[in-house]
Amino acid sequence: MSKGKFGIHGGQFVPETLMNAVNEFEAAYNKYKKDPEFIAELDTLMREYAGRPSLLYYAEKMTKDLGGAKIYLKREDLNHTGSHKINNCLGQCLLAKKMGKTRVIAETGAGQHGVATATAAALLGLECEIFMGKEDTVRQALNVYRMRLLGAKVHAVETGTMTLKDAVNEAMREWTNRVDDTHYVLGSVMGPHPFPTVVRDFQSVIGREIKKQLMEKEGRLPDVVMACVGGGSNAMGAFYDFIGDESVELIGCEAAGLGVDNPKNAATIANGTLGIFHGMKSYFCQDEYGQIAPVYSISAGLDYPGIGPEHANLSDTGRAKYVPVTDEEAVQAFEYLSKTEGIIPAIESAHAVAQCIKIAPTMDKDKIIVVNLSGRGDKDVAAIARYRGENIHD
Amino acid sequence: MTDIKAAFKNGKAFIPFVTAGDPDLDTTEKLLIEMSKSGADIIEIGIPFSDPIAEGVVIQEADLRALASGTTTDKIFDMVKQIRPQIECALAVMTYINPIFVYGTDKFMKKCSECGISGVIVPDAPFEEKDELKDYCDKYGIELISLIAPTSHNRIKMIAKEAQGFVYCVSSMGVTGVRKEITTDVGEMVRLVKSVSDTPCAIGFGISTPEQAKKMAQSADGVIVGSAIVKIVAKYGKDCIEPVCKYVKQMKEAIK
Repeated sequence: MSKGKFGIHGGQFVPETLMNAVNEFEAAYNKYKKDPEFIAELDTLMREYAGRPSLLYYAEKMTKDLGGAKIYLKREDLNHTGSHKINNCLGQCLLAKKMGKTRVIAETGAGQHGVATATAAALLGLECEIFMGKEDTVRQALNVYRMRLLGAKVHAVETGTMTLKDAVNEAMREWTNRVDDTHYVLGSVMGPHPFPTVVRDFQSVIGREIKKQLMEKEGRLPDVVMACVGGGSNAMGAFYDFIGDESVELIGCEAAGLGVDNPKNAATIANGTLGIFHGMKSYFCQDEYGQIAPVYSISAGLDYPGIGPEHANLSDTGRAKYVPVTDEEAVQAFEYLSKTEGIIPAIESAHAVAQCIKIAPTMDKDKIIVVNLSGRGDKDVAAIARYRGENIHD
Repeated sequence: MTDIKAAFKNGKAFIPFVTAGDPDLDTTEKLLIEMSKSGADIIEIGIPFSDPIAEGVVIQEADLRALASGTTTDKIFDMVKQIRPQIECALAVMTYINPIFVYGTDKFMKKCSECGISGVIVPDAPFEEKDELKDYCDKYGIELISLIAPTSHNRIKMIAKEAQGFVYCVSSMGVTGVRKEITTDVGEMVRLVKSVSDTPCAIGFGISTPEQAKKMAQSADGVIVGSAIVKIVAKYGKDCIEPVCKYVKQMKEAIK
């Protein structure tokens, strides 16, 4: 029987070699998620090490400048390692350790998940190897060095489009090679069951905090929660606690690269079709024969041809809406937030900021938007300078 | 008796794999006809996929060459259908679940049946997900080949009980590709299968030399070789027919 379904999406489409590994992981997760000691240990790490709760910041200047809805930023960029990825990595690495694993492997696109995995591995004493598309090791050279500094071995993947998709392929291949002592720390709400559920649960702290913090500040729920979506972990984390609150509109912002009508994009809900890849049934950018498309985005973290199965289902049911945002719009938002609020967002998160800039002015002043600022943008500065025609050293 | 089960009646079965369209479909066409004449008992035809996560570098590169040469699932079916009368042995296709699902699983199995393809091997559709394929396979009489791996342990009997065609025993951890040494106790894997099923067992992953094949054949009903053949195709390109067939003869001879 197929497990881990979200509507028609999800499942466990992995080679037989990995089936006992994913089953073992599922059993361990079900055991430890109810274990008071594990919960307390993770809670302490989240608070004392990662710096949670992250702030919910009222972006007053941005709100006034745009002249519409009140804008709050959920500051996941202020977490240790600079993004939301640490939430999942601390959870999974702690779980791996409880399972007796001594080594973790992970894929990374922008490098944020790689850095967070390397960080958690260093802290918990696990051996760590990271797979990163060669193209991305160039775009995000700073993060490669950070991972090495943290004691991880970084493999530059030279197959396919040499980006996130290929890094996932290679990490899966490596996992089939060595499962006994190794846990694969998948970085997004994707892949075979139980990963989409486990990663969502570890990230759902974002939405729970938003709800509590906004209640304290405004005494009510937000009208809109928005986040960027590649595989979709920060968006799923922000959305999850609000799914039952039907008055809250959920908006995922996909990377449209050079535009949804241009082949150089990564907007899966806009352009994808139903398929089965990387362990899950979901939507993918692909051709009529099911060959996965070489997608593109300026943001290495959103440069992925698929989307997590729970998002695919939220799109099917209409509970969440997914909109495409181009490179140019994201870069403008990157610059806008830097100048207006003094906050340099990750280029991934800038996709959500861009959509906020579009819709806030169209909304009444008594409405509230929360934008999940999933990461900080230091890593992107050199790439954005290049985009603007300036060459600076990383 | 099905084509695939019959293929195990001629001594130990030798099962070569080729990536369709590498370097082009004309070459694949000749390879299928000639490998069949050279002693292949079942030929595994690989339908190339952009992201074959169970393959090592050799077959990954073959898939990319095949796709770059304009190979599509439809062109492969057309070619096989046309030359099927000239091929004596059984045929199976090996591909990933996405090319099947996106093509339309019903249409895919129907085409297989029309082309005289008797089985499908889908490495990323494990036992728990076979409902995605099973009904369509049954509808057109296509056998869904199950895989078992060195990590399967407690799963082997469950898988073997429902196995069709043959059981594909994955000899080693990791992806496809030539290995110097195979350390898994494949004999034990086969024994577990045989304790609940009379489905033949063929061993694949990592086998390249006649000595390895001979050793593997002692504990199984057949031997599957992929990367070693794809390497010959990569080396000789369009001129690979003769060296591949020489290799197939040698391997069949070794396991007889």
